[in-house]
Amino acid sequence: MSERVAVRKTYKLFIGGKFPRSESGRSYLVQDSNVPLASRKDARDAVLAARAAVKGWAGATAYNRGQILYRVAEMLEGRREQFVALGVPADEVDAAIDRWVWYAGWSDKLPQVYGGANPVAGPYFNLSSPEPTGVVAVVAPEQPALLGLVSVIAPAIVTGNTVVVAASPAQPLAAVTLAEVLATSDLPVGVVNILTGRISETAPTLAAHMDVNAIDLTGVADAELAADLEVKAAQNLKRVLRPAPADHDWTADPGVTRMTTLLETKTVWHPKGV
Amino acid sequence: MTATATSARSDLSELGRSETALRTFLHGLPGVDQVGAEQRAAQLGTRSIKTTAKAQAIDLAIRMVDLTTLEGADTPGKVRALAAKALRPDPADLSCPHVGAVCVYPAMVPYVAEVLRGSGVHLASVATAFPSGQAPLEVKLADTRAAVAAGADEIDMVINRSAFLSGRYKEVYDEIVATKEACGDAHLKVILETGELATYDNVRRASWLAMLAGGDFIKTSTGKVPVAATLPVSLVMLEAVRDFRAATGRQVGVKPAGGIKTTKDAIKYLVMVNETVGADWLDPDWFRFGASSLLNDLLMQRTKLTTGVYSGPDYFTLD
Repeated sequence: MSERVAVRKTYKLFIGGKFPRSESGRSYLVQDSNVPLASRKDARDAVLAARAAVKGWAGATAYNRGQILYRVAEMLEGRREQFVALGVPADEVDAAIDRWVWYAGWSDKLPQVYGGANPVAGPYFNLSSPEPTGVVAVVAPEQPALLGLVSVIAPAIVTGNTVVVAASPAQPLAAVTLAEVLATSDLPVGVVNILTGRISETAPTLAAHMDVNAIDLTGVADAELAADLEVKAAQNLKRVLRPAPADHDWTADPGVTRMTTLLETKTVWHPKGV
Repeated sequence: MTATATSARSDLSELGRSETALRTFLHGLPGVDQVGAEQRAAQLGTRSIKTTAKAQAIDLAIRMVDLTTLEGADTPGKVRALAAKALRPDPADLSCPHVGAVCVYPAMVPYVAEVLRGSGVHLASVATAFPSGQAPLEVKLADTRAAVAAGADEIDMVINRSAFLSGRYKEVYDEIVATKEACGDAHLKVILETGELATYDNVRRASWLAMLAGGDFIKTSTGKVPVAATLPVSLVMLEAVRDFRAATGRQVGVKPAGGIKTTKDAIKYLVMVNETVGADWLDPDWFRFGASSLLNDLLMQRTKLTTGVYSGPDYFTLD
C-alpha cells in the first residue's frame, strides 16, 4: 500500500457565494499557503454580487436576519478547532462566536431603539425607521485576525447591508476560512464577499466605485491612504467609518456606532384622521 | 460555402415561383456543422478588446442598439421617455452617440414619431401579429400598413413558423413578399424566431428564404420565447448574408435580438461580425442589436472608460 497523499487546501476568494480564483490568476504566499491576490476586476465583480444581494437581504425580516447570524455563530462553533489550528487563540474564537450572537440579538431591536414615533405639531403620525444603506466596502483590521474581522462584518450585515470585505493582507487565512463558515450558514449568496490581497489595490477601487454606498476604513493603518480613500468616497457621498485607533480594544463592548453609521433614516408623515 | 455559391448562380429570383424549386434550393443548401459552428462562435468570444478599441466598440454598439419596449404595459408616456433616451442616452455626456432606432408596438408608433422626427434615429415597429404571427394574412398586412402610416420607417415582421416548420416554404415566401410590398419605403426586418426553428439547418434555410423574398434585414428573435439570440445562430445568419451577397450582390443586414444584456456580449457579436462578414457590416445600417437593458450596461462601461471609476445602475434611467 502506498502512503496516502494529504489533500491540501487552495485558498480562494469568496464572491457571490462561490469560491473563485482571482481573475488575474495571481497569488501570494501566507503561512506556506497560496492566497489569491485580488485585482480591481475581482473588486468590481464582488460589488456586482453584493448589489444583487441587497434586495433580498434588506427585504428579509429582521427576525430572519438575526436567525441567520445566530446560525453563523453555530457553524463557527463547529469549526473552532480549524481556527485554532490557523493560530487564532481559542479565547479569541470564543469571543468571535459571542460577537455573532451579540449582533444577532440586535437585528430586531435596533429599529426600535433608533426609530420610532416623533412628536410633531400637526395632525400627523410621524414615524422614523432606520434602513440599510446598501453595499458597504469594509477594510478589515489586521489584528485580531478573526475577532476583528467578525466585528466589522456582523454590524454591517445585521441591519440588511451587504458587504465587500478587503481582508487584511497579513491575515487572509482566517478570512477565507470564515467565508467557508458563512457559505454554510444559510446566508444568502452575495451578502458577504471577501477579497484577499493588497489593500492598496482593492480599496481605492471600492472607495471610488459609484455603486458602493459606504466604506469602513477600520483596517487602513496608513493615514495618507485613509485620507485618499475618504476623498474618493466623497465622489458619491459614501458614508465613511474612520480608521480605528491603533490601541482599539476589540474585546470591549462594541457599542452600536458601527451599526448606526451604516443606516439611513426614513421618516414618514401620515395624516391622522379624526 | 462553395456549394452555396455555386447553386446560387442559377437565377435566384425565379425560385419563388414554385414550391418545388424553393424546396429543392433550400434543402440543397449545405448542412451546418453544429459542433463546428458552436466552437467557432465560442472561440471568437474569447478575443480581448481593451482601452481605445473597447471605447470605439462601445460607441459603435450604442449606435447599433434598437432600443426596444414590447410590453402590454407600454404607455404613451413610457415610450416617449424611451424615445428621449434614444436621442440622448447619456445626458451627462454630450459626446455619447444616439442609438440606431426605437422599436415599439404599432399602437405606440405615433407617440415615438413625435419625439424622433428629424433626429436621424429610426423608428421601428413590430408588425404581422407579433410575436406569434398566428393571424390571417390580411390582418398581418393591415398591421404593417398601419405601422408605416403612423410613421414607422422600419418594420420588424415575424415569419410564419407554422408554415415553415410544416415545409410550406412558398407560403412563408409569399407572406414576406406581400409584407415587403405593404411596407412601401420602410425597411423590412424579417424575424426568424430561431428559438422555434430547432436546428441550425433550419436557421440557414429561413435566412435564405427571408433574403430571397426581399427582406432588408434578418433578425434572430422576438425576445418572447425562452431561447433568443445566441452566438452560433448569429454566426449561421452572418454566413448566410455573406454568401447571399456573394451570389446576388445585394447586402442584407443582421439583427440579433433578445438576451444580449452586457457590453461583453455585445463586443463578442461585433468581433464575430468583423471576422465573418467583415467591416462592411460594422455599421448601424447593416447590424443592429435588439435590446433594452444592454444600453445601460454600455453606458456604464462607457462612463468607466471616461471617468476611470466604476459606475452603477443608479446613475442611468431604468428604461
